[in-house]
Amino acid sequence: MLALFTDRQWLWGAAMFYLAGWLLGTWSWSSRGRPSGFAVYALLAAGYALQICGLGVRGQAVGGCPLGNTFEICQFTAWSALSVYLVAGVTFRSGLLGYLMACLAAVITVVSLSQPSWDATRRAHIFGNNPWLEFHAALAVFSYGVFALLALTSLLFLMRLHSLQSKSLGGWFALLPSMLDLDQIGLRLLLVGAALLAASLAIGSVYWLRDTASVSVAKLLASVLVLLAAAAMLGLRLRGWLVAKRFAWACVALFGAALLSLYIVDESRRPLAPPAAARAEP
Amino acid sequence: MNGAFFVIGASHQLAPIAIRERLALPGEAAGRLHQELIALPEVRELALLNTCNRVEFYGVAAHPTAPARIQDAFCAHQRFAVDEFERFRLDLHGRSALQHLLEVAAGLDSQMIGETEIFGQVKEAYAAAQAHHAAGPVLNRVFQKVFQAAKHVRSHTAINLGQVSIANVAVELARNIFGNLATAQVLLLGAGDIGEKTARAFQNRGAGTLTISSRRLERAMELAVSLGARALPFEQRLTRLGEFDIVVCATAATEAVVTDELVGAAMKKRPVRPLLLIDLCLPRNVEAAAAKRQNVFVYNLDDLAKIADENRRAREAEVAKCRLILSDRADLLWPQVEAQLAALAAAAPKFGA
Repeated sequence: MLALFTDRQWLWGAAMFYLAGWLLGTWSWSSRGRPSGFAVYALLAAGYALQICGLGVRGQAVGGCPLGNTFEICQFTAWSALSVYLVAGVTFRSGLLGYLMACLAAVITVVSLSQPSWDATRRAHIFGNNPWLEFHAALAVFSYGVFALLALTSLLFLMRLHSLQSKSLGGWFALLPSMLDLDQIGLRLLLVGAALLAASLAIGSVYWLRDTASVSVAKLLASVLVLLAAAAMLGLRLRGWLVAKRFAWACVALFGAALLSLYIVDESRRPLAPPAAARAEP
Repeated sequence: MNGAFFVIGASHQLAPIAIRERLALPGEAAGRLHQELIALPEVRELALLNTCNRVEFYGVAAHPTAPARIQDAFCAHQRFAVDEFERFRLDLHGRSALQHLLEVAAGLDSQMIGETEIFGQVKEAYAAAQAHHAAGPVLNRVFQKVFQAAKHVRSHTAINLGQVSIANVAVELARNIFGNLATAQVLLLGAGDIGEKTARAFQNRGAGTLTISSRRLERAMELAVSLGARALPFEQRLTRLGEFDIVVCATAATEAVVTDELVGAAMKKRPVRPLLLIDLCLPRNVEAAAAKRQNVFVYNLDDLAKIADENRRAREAEVAKCRLILSDRADLLWPQVEAQLAALAAAAPKFGA
């Protein structure tokens, strides 16, 4: 069934579902005063299924986890954020979070699909058929997806804080979850993201120690700095030294730093291998 | 036929409070009067909606004089002059009466627009009509459809979003900060009326533990017993403030009883958990500087009134939309009611039977 469409066709389909979720949320918000939680969630879930197909086709084509260029990393990051949202979102029961998730997923996927240069160079077997290295990369990008969701919940927290400080509880502020709930989910997401990234770097470090020249200093520094930042934030938050507004802004900044590190990691790669064949679209 | 379904009565829209006081029906008297009125030959079906803001009789007439007979009997029961009642009365027939009931049940006709208590009161009125065998095919259908329409309006518009009373706004603020209040520790400073009302509002919304502290310990203990709360000596607030999530200040003190320094010391013990300070006093009992601290939220009477006012305006802005929805519902329902009224009239007429 995967062969019915090319990887990019599957991924365009997924992007359209995310976009539909965003548009439906906007429409229901403007007409009914609240985003339609269940319908948006269903559209995101449908888009997620199509994205799995698209990433699956691409994975078969490149012979591993599709993380070989900016386009693939963007797609994988959006997929990771959605993976966490589709599980955590059910318990969180926030229509607004689903709406923002649809918005983020639509922007990331549509923009990455609209930039042919991001997908111009396809690298096959970038992990040298080493499943541990592949696992290391997948975990790292997955943790960045978790940080994306963390940034979204932190933005919700900042909005809630603004509503409380400006004494405006009506309008769409009424749709926000409570401050304490947002704080708790933020802490948990940071913990999960930091743990995944730590595990990823731990796996990667085993191979780096064997061949230190295989990893550029820029890549190493960028990845380690993101992990150190996440760990420091976690420590400060648990000690009560980084709380409320500062913690929320730090979480948003962490996602920004993660994106920057992805760029550095991607740029640090040497041009490799000719484009992969198979069903991947030219 | 159109006039066979009617409403007659008085509400806050036309009758001032002094008149409503004289028209008010205590529970048992309302029941007795209801039974007397349903026994009238001109009345086929009758429901009595009796709240602090309205006394309204919704009925199906067997004869066009039914509303007038009800008015006379009600005025006689209340020892109220009929001509005076006519100056303040609400008297609607047919589809207009139906539209009125829809708006009442949805809270559009309430003094506090969008309030939900009226929905329960309309349900009680219908249940009482059933208990008195005063609800027939018309009222059964009308009330069932009215309940559906009122629920639809509440779930599809913002008519009941946001609280409009000071005590409920305070609770709403707390929920916006803490979410579920089941684990929240509430401290009430002062044992006066407004403090008690706010404390009750917190209890009704499931606040975890309530503690009352007052300069007069015996008054605090008295109120604590009536609310099922704990009492705390007033001076202990200085050392134990950090144990509480929500502090409601409602004392008669002329100086700050919760200082910035006190809040600073409390927050050292709980830097991660927010502290909500609600100051219901004039002059203010919470030092304004405390609001600048991280994770501390201070709201005074003006703040609460501003939020309540904004919520009220937002609800008022929804009224037109709700009326339109209810008007559509009335358009759909009224032909069915008319058909039932016609069937009733064609069957055995009660009047003169």
